[in-house]
Amino acid sequence: MKVHEYQAKEILRSFGVTTPRGIACFSVDEAVKAAESLGGSVWVVKAQIHAGGRGKGGGVKVARSPAEVKDWAGRILGMQLVTHQTGPEGQKVRRLLVEEGADIRKELYLGLVVDRVTQQVCVMASSEGGMDIEEVAANTPDRIHKVYVDPDAGLSDTEADDLSRKIGIPDASVSQARTILQALYRAFWETDASLAEINPLVLTGDGRVIALDAKMNFDSNALYRHPDIVAMRDLDEEDPAEIEASKFDLSYISLDGNIGCLVNGAGLAMATMDTIKLYGGSPANFLDVGGGATAEKVTEAFKIMLRNPNLKAILVNIFGGIMKCDTIAEGVVAAARDVRLSVPLVVRMKGTNEDIGKRILADSGLPIITANNMAEAAERVVAATRG
Amino acid sequence: MSILINESTRVVTQGITGKTGQFHTRMCREYANGRECFVAGVHPAKAGQDFEGIPIFASVADARAKTGANTSVIYVPPAGAAAAIWEAVEADLDLVICITEGIPVRDMIEVRDRMRKQNRRTILVGPNCPGVITPDEIKIGIMPGHIHRKGRIGVVSRSGTLTYEAVAQLTELGLGQSTAVGIGGDPVNGLKHIDVLRLFNDDPDTDAVVMIGEIGGSDEETAALWARDNMKKPVVGFIAGVTAPPGKRMGHAGAIISGGKGTADEKLEVMEACGMRVTRNPAEMGKLLKAAL
Repeated sequence: MKVHEYQAKEILRSFGVTTPRGIACFSVDEAVKAAESLGGSVWVVKAQIHAGGRGKGGGVKVARSPAEVKDWAGRILGMQLVTHQTGPEGQKVRRLLVEEGADIRKELYLGLVVDRVTQQVCVMASSEGGMDIEEVAANTPDRIHKVYVDPDAGLSDTEADDLSRKIGIPDASVSQARTILQALYRAFWETDASLAEINPLVLTGDGRVIALDAKMNFDSNALYRHPDIVAMRDLDEEDPAEIEASKFDLSYISLDGNIGCLVNGAGLAMATMDTIKLYGGSPANFLDVGGGATAEKVTEAFKIMLRNPNLKAILVNIFGGIMKCDTIAEGVVAAARDVRLSVPLVVRMKGTNEDIGKRILADSGLPIITANNMAEAAERVVAATRG
Repeated sequence: MSILINESTRVVTQGITGKTGQFHTRMCREYANGRECFVAGVHPAKAGQDFEGIPIFASVADARAKTGANTSVIYVPPAGAAAAIWEAVEADLDLVICITEGIPVRDMIEVRDRMRKQNRRTILVGPNCPGVITPDEIKIGIMPGHIHRKGRIGVVSRSGTLTYEAVAQLTELGLGQSTAVGIGGDPVNGLKHIDVLRLFNDDPDTDAVVMIGEIGGSDEETAALWARDNMKKPVVGFIAGVTAPPGKRMGHAGAIISGGKGTADEKLEVMEACGMRVTRNPAEMGKLLKAAL
């Protein structure tokens, strides 16, 4: 699960990470009031969307008077902010963060992820802050320093100070940086985060160390122990089809093609998408109906796929193991009738009770195209989209 | 022979009283030597009772002491699953197979760390996996037994149904399996591809291996580099997720391209460069293996 920058900063502050003072706003009036209550002479107006690259997209602006805050807030709120992470259609800005300005001397980078090889949390730090860290990793990997943290001990003083020195934090500020690094690690660990990133971490003119930006993602399997974080979920930032699917315990992801896929199992679902591509088609979605798919679930899955205006055909690929093919076939027939299916449907079924399943499809009188293996299914569904 | 499990394996089921545990315990018991193999269940409050004749004990240690169980299978719900793994490790079993999906990553980091620090010998398979099967001998997990056939091909995979797909293709071509291992789709797990390749390499009854991976992490690359220098048997591979967009979790917790790393293309290239035959067509996994023999 993702949260907004202002929410991530709220979490980080509660663990002792220093951030600029700021106020989240939902209207231009609120933004002006926020600037007045923060005081000072420089403010930053920041679009709050879940995607990164907001600055480059024009969603982060510096204001030098309350009038400028008003002006920028008016322009940013409601805009379709396009970044490299939003796709060409962009994401509508509904929330702002108004912050006090900072006197930036140096921009640094901090990031935390779970390292799958060592099975530990990896703290990454770099002197190259403010930039796209993927580019730094590709071009100058020697400028990224890593520490793998012992989960019993946490991030030690020595590890924290060593990282700070490597990224060029002056001696006088090392103890401050240690506080931030250790607080950041504790925040990551205790909230079950899957990603925490401070880019940039800044060193100010007067030697203070501040988290100027913040991004946090959380392990969805651990949300049950963090109701406070669940409360931060912003459904406006999520795909409506994915939200709808999650209500029925379906794992669904929208893609930009035109062939809907309904598959059991995540690996087989990905492989089905890949096969469609291999035969010249393009998948409209990833959809795993899971191991215990019922007729109701299959019907809901059809409804969600059919809401996509780009949809030209549907491919159902089921490997019946514990889940029997006849059960799925009944579900498919019921769903196709229920939703008055308007696009070609190709079904490939394999495994337990395959023959009974195929007979149910044939006897239904519905114009279902069947296939004997994945390749044939992909070929037929791609042909169907071409009419 | 086979790897990890065979007809003399004795299994204790953790989570035997839940709906999933009950259903799959029945299915496993009905498969091959299941009646002899599935000897115990665990439930702290139901010790002394039984599940359809399988005695229930208060703890894994108890079950081991009373029945000689050397392997456990876990269906315990996510919140308690890491503790269940640790209980089996503490009881010093040979093997723990964790089926449970949805365990918090932090819990897995902790249990794996403890296993390493205490130098525990117990092997962990999973979590979030279909289990392990040695056809005609024993099935531990949720895979459909009837698609398998005894033979000399090893299968290792991060995914469930995609493994069944590969197994069915092999069986249709008359190629049976020595053992099929589902290592699971979570980012922090037990056995990895490399570990299972090692076991197959040393197994005199395995002639070749199908290795199935998916986007996320670098385990397939690590395994391929090891195989290049050590593997004496042909390995064919498939990686799911060529069409998966970056930054999106594709069902499995570990199936995500992050920071531009863990793409299917990258993995396929490394595997090919290391001498594995790979296909981009999952319908051809079986044929590819047959051609490699």
